Amino acid sequence: MKANILIVGVGGQGTLLASRILGALADLEGSDCKLSEVHGMSQRGGSVVTNVKIADEVKSPIIGLRDADIIMAFEKLEALRYTNYLKKGGVIVVNDQEILPMPVITGARKYPEHIVEDLRERAGKVIVVPALAIAEEIGNLKTVNVVMIGALAKNLGIPFEKIDAALKAAVKPKLYEVNRTALQRGYDIG
Amino acid sequence: MKKLMLGNEAIARGAYEAGVKVVSAYPGTPSTEVSECIARYDEVYAEWAPNEKVAFEVAIGASFVGARSMVCMKHVGVNVAADPMFTAAYTGVNGGLVILAADDPGMHSSQNEQDTRFYARSAHIPMLEPSDSAEAKEFTKLAFELSEKYDTPVFVRTTTRLAHSQSLVETAERREVPLRPYVKDVSKYTMMPSSAIGRHVAVEAREDKLAADVNFFDVNREEMNDPSLGIVCSGVVYQYVKEALPEASVFKLGVVYPLPFGRLRDFASKVERLVVVEELEPFFQNQLKANGIDCEGKNLFSKQGEISVADIRLKLLGEKLDVEKQDLPVRPPVMCAGCPHRGVFYILNKLKVTVSADIGCYTLGAQPPLCAVDTVVCMGASVGIAHGFEKAAGREQSKRTVAVIGDSTFIHSGITGLINAVYNKSNITLVILDNSTTGMTGHQQHPATGLTLKQEPAKILDIVALCKTVGCDSVRVVDSYDLAEVEKTLKEELAADGVSVIVAKRPCALLDRNYPAPCTVSDCRKCGMCFKLGCPAIEKQADGSAKINASLCVGCGLCEKVCKFGAIKEG
Ligand SMILES: Cc1ncc(C[n+]2csc(CCOP(=O)(O)OP(=O)(O)O)c2C)c(N)n1
Ligand code: SF4
Ligand code: SF4
Ligand code: SF4
Repeated sequence: MKANILIVGVGGQGTLLASRILGALADLEGSDCKLSEVHGMSQRGGSVVTNVKIADEVKSPIIGLRDADIIMAFEKLEALRYTNYLKKGGVIVVNDQEILPMPVITGARKYPEHIVEDLRERAGKVIVVPALAIAEEIGNLKTVNVVMIGALAKNLGIPFEKIDAALKAAVKPKLYEVNRTALQRGYDIG
Repeated sequence: MKKLMLGNEAIARGAYEAGVKVVSAYPGTPSTEVSECIARYDEVYAEWAPNEKVAFEVAIGASFVGARSMVCMKHVGVNVAADPMFTAAYTGVNGGLVILAADDPGMHSSQNEQDTRFYARSAHIPMLEPSDSAEAKEFTKLAFELSEKYDTPVFVRTTTRLAHSQSLVETAERREVPLRPYVKDVSKYTMMPSSAIGRHVAVEAREDKLAADVNFFDVNREEMNDPSLGIVCSGVVYQYVKEALPEASVFKLGVVYPLPFGRLRDFASKVERLVVVEELEPFFQNQLKANGIDCEGKNLFSKQGEISVADIRLKLLGEKLDVEKQDLPVRPPVMCAGCPHRGVFYILNKLKVTVSADIGCYTLGAQPPLCAVDTVVCMGASVGIAHGFEKAAGREQSKRTVAVIGDSTFIHSGITGLINAVYNKSNITLVILDNSTTGMTGHQQHPATGLTLKQEPAKILDIVALCKTVGCDSVRVVDSYDLAEVEKTLKEELAADGVSVIVAKRPCALLDRNYPAPCTVSDCRKCGMCFKLGCPAIEKQADGSAKINASLCVGCGLCEKVCKFGAIKEG
């Protein structure tokens, strides 16, 4: 397996767990893998990026401009912000959720309209996932990240059993069941 | 079996395997997780110290008495620890002593972009720099060996990208290292002029020997390939170089101080063009040039920020990427919904005072819409700066000046500034934002939280009693959420002469997450007051009215207090 996956979102959305599930997946595949994360900013609400690189041999842990095969975005504006990192024809898996940044909250700026259309112009393929709505149905808002992983896995052509095993390896046992439901729901619509 | 590990976790693992016995540190991004990871090993004593200087001295003590010890800090922490560090280079060690110093090119989470490699050179302390997690572990073990072999503290330097990236690591068993016998030796451990003169000679001799020996270290590695381009690099930049220029010849430095000039000269003679690719200062480049090895470097790459693969391809291959200019609303980090600091900054902004602030989550009080910070320099500086304002501009200025500091930062280095203010008859007002944690760096314990790094119960430093004891004229405690009380107390203390301390108490909103129900808005009069709080849960609708995002609101009630129209109700 070979992929550069850029996970973007808003601090507090659980991008770290998502990257760790992908790390566990690389481990199961026996591939080399490097992850690069953002730490130490306890405050929520900032733009955050996590890099996941899987290949036979990975050098730099960082995904550069025009270097990502896939962008997995937990928030729409963040998807748009990082499109310069996508390779020509790359895939964007985007959560259909808007979180207003401070300049929008204070009325200094407007939240961009037509983001999904803009993404479609810039990517080979865009998959929109109503991850928040699904997480609400499941009854656990923290599962947004795992719904997204499900949708991503389907698009990477990863068999469900495999991504399920990676999930199991990455989450605490008592959280596995609810997250498995989330994974399945994401996989089904991916 | 190989396991994915964070660079910081791998350093902790390396120290563990090397038989480290004592680790002391003060948190600081991107070094914090080293201590957090090592605290999980029962065989290792690990602690949070109140600051880096103390941590360093603890590690020196452990080393003198014969144990392998380590001290960890971010780059600016090295400034704080520099005093014991420079002289520890003279005393040398007994048990191996390793200094983990984490630089932050690009300032992901720092107030400056200093390059710690210069400390290695000016203090005459050797420095290793790993390029991935596997090396992070191995280099840490090597650092302990070199420390004992050459009788010197040894630096392991990381940068943010190494510290916070995960890659595969093969673990090994811990090797227990018994205490080396401690023998009283005034000429070595008692640094006063008569003995230090001799030790200075020893330092130079050791450095000369090491400078010769590093030419034979296999962590300094030549990778000959196409001779038309030779690159000198170290750390994570090596990975960028290998990805950007797979054809180039590379000299990878594992020891970044002292440099292996013999081998570098040999490498330079074998390549047609020699380029140093290093982040921050031209540390290698200038030394190569001073040793008569001609090279390029900072004529191509910036001294600011990080270097990327794309940068290297652009500068050395002329490959330009096609990227689009964007103008999107930025998304800076903000104080969390319910942050106890928010109300205090709201009042400071309302009172239009000058605020000498400090370093922590509350530094975000500088940003719109709060905009209530005038100065931030380094940890602890808020107190001294306010005192300097008063001594230079007088009482009229100090009636409009407030110093603001967090609890962890106050203990780190604010207390000495406060003692100075009392001693020198200042008239300052200091607010200590006591949120019962070191929030900024990810919620570490400190001497006033009642728990240690190993999560064991500890005595609780009484900040109020401490301020009284040092002689402050007034010490008052307020609830950070009680805006009226915060405002009234601030006004009274600004008017009062002498040194006043106001301890604003409320735990960080992320500590205990049993939140009350979210607030709601009805019949909003669009006056805009609540937006001035900068709470991420309060959203401005297109028609100018306020809406509270129930999934973010933690029901702190601040907005209810600022709404004069009673439009906001607690849930
Ligand atoms: C010398 C030094 N050491 C460490 C740091 C990293 N650092 C930044 S703020 C901070 C502490 C913040 O804690 P506190 O003052 O309690 O404020 P809070 O973030 O909890 O609001 C630390 C450790 C630094 N900037 N400088
Ligand atoms: S982590 Fe705590 S102290 Fe820091 S911004 Fe959030 S609530 Fe405030
Ligand atoms: S109560 Fe008001 S100020 Fe507090 S978190 Fe909720 S919206 Fe923000
Ligand atoms: S303060 Fe009250 S009336 Fe004014 S905008 Fe906010 S909710 Fe509306």
